Amino acid sequence: MSFERIKEKLNILADAAKYDVSCSSSGSNRTNKNKGLGDATGMGICHTYTEDGRCVSLLKILLTNHCIFDCAYCVTRKSNDIKRAAFKVQEVVDLTINFYRRNYIEGLFLSSGIFKNADYTMERLVSVAKKLRLEENFNGYIHLKSIPGASDELMREAGLYADRLSVNIEIPTREGLKRLAPDKNREDFIKPMKKVKNEIIQYKAEKKIIKSTPKYAPAGQSTQMIIGASGENDYQIMTASNFFYKKFNLKRVYYSGYVPISYDSRLPQIGSEVPMLRENRLYQTDWLMRFYGFHVHEIVNETHQHLDLDIDPKLSWALRNIHEFPVDVNRADNGMLARVPGLGMTSVYKILHARKFRQLNWEHLKRLGVALNRAKYFIICNSNDFERRDLEPEKIKGFILQNSKSKFRQATSNQLNLFG
Amino acid sequence: MMQKVLVYDGSFEGFLSAVFKVYEEKIEHVDIQRETSVQPSFFGNTEEIISNKKHADRVWNGLKKKLTSYGRNQLYYAFLSEMNSVENVLLDYIRQVFASSDTIEKDFSNLTVLKVSKITRSVGREKHRMEAFVRFKLTKDGLYFSNVEPDFNVLPLIAKHFKSRYADQKWVIYDIKRNYGLHYNLDTVETIVMDFPKEFDFTKTSGDFFAEEELAFQELWQNYFKSTNIESRKNMLLHVRHVPKRYWRYLSEKQP
Ligand code: SF4
Repeated sequence: MSFERIKEKLNILADAAKYDVSCSSSGSNRTNKNKGLGDATGMGICHTYTEDGRCVSLLKILLTNHCIFDCAYCVTRKSNDIKRAAFKVQEVVDLTINFYRRNYIEGLFLSSGIFKNADYTMERLVSVAKKLRLEENFNGYIHLKSIPGASDELMREAGLYADRLSVNIEIPTREGLKRLAPDKNREDFIKPMKKVKNEIIQYKAEKKIIKSTPKYAPAGQSTQMIIGASGENDYQIMTASNFFYKKFNLKRVYYSGYVPISYDSRLPQIGSEVPMLRENRLYQTDWLMRFYGFHVHEIVNETHQHLDLDIDPKLSWALRNIHEFPVDVNRADNGMLARVPGLGMTSVYKILHARKFRQLNWEHLKRLGVALNRAKYFIICNSNDFERRDLEPEKIKGFILQNSKSKFRQATSNQLNLFG
Repeated sequence: MMQKVLVYDGSFEGFLSAVFKVYEEKIEHVDIQRETSVQPSFFGNTEEIISNKKHADRVWNGLKKKLTSYGRNQLYYAFLSEMNSVENVLLDYIRQVFASSDTIEKDFSNLTVLKVSKITRSVGREKHRMEAFVRFKLTKDGLYFSNVEPDFNVLPLIAKHFKSRYADQKWVIYDIKRNYGLHYNLDTVETIVMDFPKEFDFTKTSGDFFAEEELAFQELWQNYFKSTNIESRKNMLLHVRHVPKRYWRYLSEKQP
């Protein structure tokens, strides 16, 4: 292995892969077999964080940044004048194993520009995963990016070795995609997604009957959408997202604030700001859908097409639905508790347990760690002091904003802040 | 009322033996202290507790009847925090557990339960951080070596994680603050104490001890770390919140 050459390739091909935001390595259930290397059970681990604050848990690289396509938003696009490089299959295997052994990473995230054609490229991605599993007895996490247009047969094989498969939809609307990625069409994404979904279902069914059925993409599939490159609003984005969750059982949809990388007139100019706060709001909305029991249309809809930037979507929902409040913390069910601004899932859990012992009052709630500065307007408890006496939503919002300024300044982070 | 000071050896078994003593002799005012951090007291009378497996088991088995594994974990994790006087918080917890007919472990409106759960959470976070921030370096004899300085005594909590993950490589994780480590020999994980040569620098990768390719892989990792950063999104505040500076000394990606 020539370290100098590898170093150069790694710099180029990691740099080109960094705009893909999927980083999670959780959700698999691959245990260490025959005293091999690695284990992908339980929660993923972030081994470090980049200086922009994103988690590093996988070695995230492209196999090559040669590409025959010319998608406007992509650094790897054909017309971009950049240095090109390509890893050999064995080089990626060696890097992964050596990084893993040193506890730098949870596994590999491998994507690629399209060289020659979709199948030729996909075949190479699959052979990296196959080598890792069969020759190196590697049980760490592997996430392969499906190449749009790859054949069903290759998608089937990919799922046998990878923990997760993803194909990035990138642009949430059909029209936007047509404008920015003229070589691609929506069906090319949908087809592999559908294939993977069906295989997952089929393998699961077979597993029930025959124990030795191999695992197929145990961590499921995910996708990514670029935010702010093609002018769609939050309603369109979250509707698309909801569609993918429902239709293809996706595990995750990622939202990636567009980082201007090109002078193409169809796109925001270089130097324009990355919409990080908006990205954060989309993630919060996504969480509300997946873990808090919200229906997407409760948060964004025809009349409310844009997420508020100054307050989080749960608070925004509560203010628009003030008739649902106040909620009695000593009586409400967990679904309703979870809808109270200021109550995260941890607080809900603690309340449900603690109230078995006694009726909770403000003091108790404070001790449990409830963010009372927001929650107090929406709840009642075992106490005669009520904070909220028929306040107007606008007033409540004003109060909350007033005493949580510092918190909102921090919200420019692109990692998820826990929000109540 | 005279306060009694019970001094134990710092082990969990020793602590439980002290608790046994408290119950056996019905001592009311008591202060349990580790022998390494005994505060001199003029007013109490001090007694040394010898670790006693039988006594410790009696207490533990008693707790088993009153606590689920969740509650016992809370106790053990909090104990490993080595926080000042945590023993007395835990004694208080144990007393309440035995005194109550219900399982109190999830009564988060109870101050002691809450306190223990907070300490446990900090210890849990440190455990998680060690699982993330251990950086193995390959030595000349094919051993993957790592040194750490965790805030709390979390080595006992991470042994299983590393054993199941690195089943096919020999490794050592050494706590240089507490001067002991874990050694996995391809079969079992043992606790060890090592002597390091005077000139051994824990922040460096000297060619005297480490394999030839070791530095090269560290360099690749550093390069990777740099290339993944997106300059226009740089946010050092967030970065430092996730990777607190006290860990940087031993993180290969953070070396100059
Ligand atoms: S096909 Fe993929 S790699 Fe190629 S230009 Fe489009 S987005 Fe970039």
